[in-house]
Amino acid sequence: MLGIPLKYNVRNLFVRKVTTTLTVLGIALVVAVFLCVMALGEGLTRVFTASGSEKNVLVLRQNSQSELQSGLGRDQIPLIRALPGIEKDADGKPLVSAELVVVLNLDKRDGGSSNVTIRGVEEKGMALRPQMKLTEGRPFVPGTSEVIVAESVAKRFKGAEVGQEIRFGAYRWKVVGHFDAGGTAPDSEIWTDSEGMLNTFQRGGFSSVLARTTDRAARDQFIAGVAGDARLALEGKVERTYYDDQTSTAAPIKFLGFFVGIVMAIGACFGAMNTMYAAVSSRTREIATLRALGFSRLSILFSFVLESIALAFIGGVVGCALAFLLVKVALSGVTGTTNFATFAEVVFAFRLTPQLLLTGIVFSLVMGFFGGLFPAGRAAFTKITAALRQVG
Amino acid sequence: MAEPLIRIENVVKQYTRDTQVLTVLDGLSLEVDKGEFVALMGPSGSGKTTLLNLIAGIDRPTSGRILVGADEVSSMSEGALAKWRSENVGFIFQLYNLVPVLTAFENVELPLLLTRLSKAERKKQAETALAVVALSDRLDHYPRQLSGGQEQRVAIARAIATDPALLVADEPTGDLDSKSGEEILVLLERLHSEFGKTIVMVTHDPKAAARAHRLVHLDKGVLKEDVRAKGEKGEIGVAAAAAIAAGK
Ligand SMILES: Nc1ncnc2c1ncn2[C@@H]1O[C@H](COP(=O)(O)OP(=O)(O)O)[C@@H](O)[C@H]1O
Ligand SMILES: [Mg+2]
Repeated sequence: MLGIPLKYNVRNLFVRKVTTTLTVLGIALVVAVFLCVMALGEGLTRVFTASGSEKNVLVLRQNSQSELQSGLGRDQIPLIRALPGIEKDADGKPLVSAELVVVLNLDKRDGGSSNVTIRGVEEKGMALRPQMKLTEGRPFVPGTSEVIVAESVAKRFKGAEVGQEIRFGAYRWKVVGHFDAGGTAPDSEIWTDSEGMLNTFQRGGFSSVLARTTDRAARDQFIAGVAGDARLALEGKVERTYYDDQTSTAAPIKFLGFFVGIVMAIGACFGAMNTMYAAVSSRTREIATLRALGFSRLSILFSFVLESIALAFIGGVVGCALAFLLVKVALSGVTGTTNFATFAEVVFAFRLTPQLLLTGIVFSLVMGFFGGLFPAGRAAFTKITAALRQVG
Repeated sequence: MAEPLIRIENVVKQYTRDTQVLTVLDGLSLEVDKGEFVALMGPSGSGKTTLLNLIAGIDRPTSGRILVGADEVSSMSEGALAKWRSENVGFIFQLYNLVPVLTAFENVELPLLLTRLSKAERKKQAETALAVVALSDRLDHYPRQLSGGQEQRVAIARAIATDPALLVADEPTGDLDSKSGEEILVLLERLHSEFGKTIVMVTHDPKAAARAHRLVHLDKGVLKEDVRAKGEKGEIGVAAAAAIAAGK
């Protein structure tokens, strides 16, 4: 490769310490902000898309957008259980859970209150959600007023430690365990026994039924079965699809991420451009000398674009580190937002995935490329004789 | 014996500023033989640098032809010219023009990066060039760690690294004290006599011009005087040079 060695560019970056540092910081800031917003969107997406299995079918009343709007009579449950296609657990019992969902306004630890979903499940409720693990305590005993609470909910709400009591009006629930659902929907919930909950809230029926089917064909058969029974007036949705439909909460945040990112990136691009213009003009005679020695316009152009990209790359790496620190330290706790489909609080964490970090680096390289293009063009296309006359 | 290396035929160089046309070289013709050491003198603004740049192929004439060896430099494309320069011309500048972020060795290696030489061959050749200018003990020094005279010697090593037939020097001693300047002149003299380089050197200084074997005096873009030293190893002589420079 008949080119100017890369060390020439790297050393020049280190020679102009102050401008390099300032430009690097500018680019780093843009990358960090972009990554934080995207990490927020990623966290939200994770809550919904990772939730729900392709094999699980959620049975709701026809035309219900969410479990909260849905209602199933007690008498309908045996009919659903009898439909073909349902998988059996190791113990021979069908993997079905009739569930009741109620949203409660509970007191938060830091004052104020917020809506939390409390979900009553049957025996197979946890088996239907394999990503769930008990992290502390024990499961609730059916028929009692015992509950288990998601770790991330426990961190945010009063009385949610194991051994404590959650209060709502006249209701009392004893917390006997904590669980973790790997960033999926139950991480925003409190769980108890559905039969007990029907009594507590004096409800005549359930919100939904969740059933595991054996395979794709069985799933379609089961869904057709639900739809086919006119007495039921119910519909079955693939659980994954149900949660995907709620992901709309994350879409505007990701859009914001891109929007803010792009606006700031344009700014940072101009910053890099400024720096590179200054670099090129302070090295006018040097560049002319390189060209006199026989380095082609293309190799000069390439060299200066590369210098700008190297500059931006440092910014990108610093930005990633900054975002990483920010997410780990300042935004380490879980955060809540309102799910606009259920109006209950959805708990999620900022998720800075490796792909996202890679996006940040690529983003910085793109900034470097565009910031460097025009200054590099100036370096490559200035007349040699005129440039050699420049003193200083 | 007199085989011309450089043939300048009726060269005109004009600059157009707004509507004004400035004629810097006005139909100039000149031949420089292979192995000659030519000093180019003349008042400031007489077109010395312009002429040197044309010979070295970093500028093109408005009209006329310039041939160096068999190559018609005046009609080559930008890209071809860059390649031609890397193979045929060594540049020596008044302000040395070393790359500040590169060491002496790396500066000298720079033109060798444009050749097909291996890393080991480049190293050998760059070190040889630095040995010629007596700076073998300064390979890893950066330009700012060197004196002006040493910097110019590194620049000369860079100019001869690819072993070009032609060296062009624009006031190579113009920024140096007389002792360092003297060293540079001795070095150029050696490159001429020992290594057979053809050298075209622009200078204001009669003492520098006195080292050359031929003196060309430019004034307002035309050739005023063209003097060759007599004898085998003769030089122009300081007095003669001074007289010519003064316009006698
Ligand atoms: N790029 C240019 N544009 C316009 N005029 C120029 C340019 N370069 C040189 N000149 C003019 O050409 C004349 C000769 O310049 P130059 O060859 O540098 O003279 P010297 O080296 O003998 O001092 C000067 O009057 C100078 O101002
Ligand atoms: Mg000049």
